[in-house]
Amino acid sequence: MLSQIISEWPEFATYYNLVFLAKAAGTTLALSALGVILGSILGLALAVARTTRGLALVPLRALAFTFTEIFRRVPFLVTLMLTFFIFQMFFADTSLFIVAAVTTTLIAAAFLSEIIRGGLNSVHRNQWEAAETMNFSLLQTIRYVILPQAWRLILPPAFGFFILFIKDTALASQIGVVELTYAGKVLNNKGFSPALAFGAVLVIYFVISYPLARLGAALEARLASSRHHRP
Amino acid sequence: MHHLDITALEARYGTLTVLSGINLSVGRGDVIGLIGPSGSGKSTILRVVMGLLPPTAGSVQLDGEPVNYADAAAVRRLRDRIAIVFQQYNLFQNMTVLQNVTITPIKIKKRPKAEVEAEAKALLAKVGLAGKLDSYPDQLSGGQQQRVAIARALALRPEILLLDEVTAALDPELVSEVLDSIRVLAQEGMTMMIVSHEMGFIREVASRVVFMASGRIVEEGPAAQIFDAPTQARTRDFVSKILRH
Repeated sequence: MLSQIISEWPEFATYYNLVFLAKAAGTTLALSALGVILGSILGLALAVARTTRGLALVPLRALAFTFTEIFRRVPFLVTLMLTFFIFQMFFADTSLFIVAAVTTTLIAAAFLSEIIRGGLNSVHRNQWEAAETMNFSLLQTIRYVILPQAWRLILPPAFGFFILFIKDTALASQIGVVELTYAGKVLNNKGFSPALAFGAVLVIYFVISYPLARLGAALEARLASSRHHRP
Repeated sequence: MHHLDITALEARYGTLTVLSGINLSVGRGDVIGLIGPSGSGKSTILRVVMGLLPPTAGSVQLDGEPVNYADAAAVRRLRDRIAIVFQQYNLFQNMTVLQNVTITPIKIKKRPKAEVEAEAKALLAKVGLAGKLDSYPDQLSGGQQQRVAIARALALRPEILLLDEVTAALDPELVSEVLDSIRVLAQEGMTMMIVSHEMGFIREVASRVVFMASGRIVEEGPAAQIFDAPTQARTRDFVSKILRH
């Protein structure tokens, strides 16, 4: 296998192929980053919506609950197809990348909202109560009191999810988005051995996801020490 | 009309009635001591007044104005004038001592930072914690944390201070440092409602003592009456048990 890779390498490592792979990697990176960033923002909004109280906001809570529960339970591929066909019906000229990005954002939001909600709920009730009696609004309570204490519980599972999520963006290839996995298939179809084509893809996935895992570990370590308040 | 008037107040947790027929008046400068067995509703009165548990009947009036607890704006106005200190201190764990005391005046009440910090430092000095400004709650003893909580409540410039069993979670030798801080407030004329099991302290600082049992006020009067010459059998029973040990 190794000798085969070595013999194919000169032909594989052409400018065209490398640019093709780099662009595909860029697409995977962009899908992941959009999903992670927009998903985190939307997920936080959903989690906060679900911590509201009072009768007036029942519809908001119901909406957040339904959204979260549906998108966590439906397979990624099904959500992708649904989004794809909805876009086909109403906005047929939308680029496939946008369709994939919307899907990944929806899914990331649903999962991250549960992770964030778990973190918010883990902060002791008396912290919420103290803030309430001092006239903090819900958003002020979460910003000043709850999130700073919830981070260390949110980050480990959130980063775990990010890593899984980068791999899941491969499903976007199913609707024809040229991301890494799709690029691997194309190169394989062009006659390169699967070992080389998908080996290259594997290395690139690793290069994208490993630094993220390190960042997660570094943040966790920082937060763990801040628990004892000695930076 | 008193500063705070509680009339025919009733409250429930689900179907369980935890307060019924509560009538209580608090004048300016009064120190009301609320005593009674656990589960008698002492803390619940404070929680209802503070808007943490909506009353199911009766009214709370502040300077003659009934408080509508269903109206969030009205509850906010009330919380601008009344502060509460909890049994478990409830300090914000992610903030230093100074930040705990200053965050509400600065971020919520939007008062100038320099002025608030100077006032906070003076308050912390008053409760004997001038040297702990940059400590975090988990670096302090329970007594120190509770004194920070008192300073935090005072930084809100409340007209009435509610103290909910503030020494109940403390080691015995830390109780007196907290009581000393409260004693100073009483001498300065702060209006307070104090729920406590520290009978000696209540007897000393309370201008009036309220004895509660089973969600009702059994007897109310000057400390001397409640502790030395109670008119009700239930009060006598409680007081004799308390004073026996």
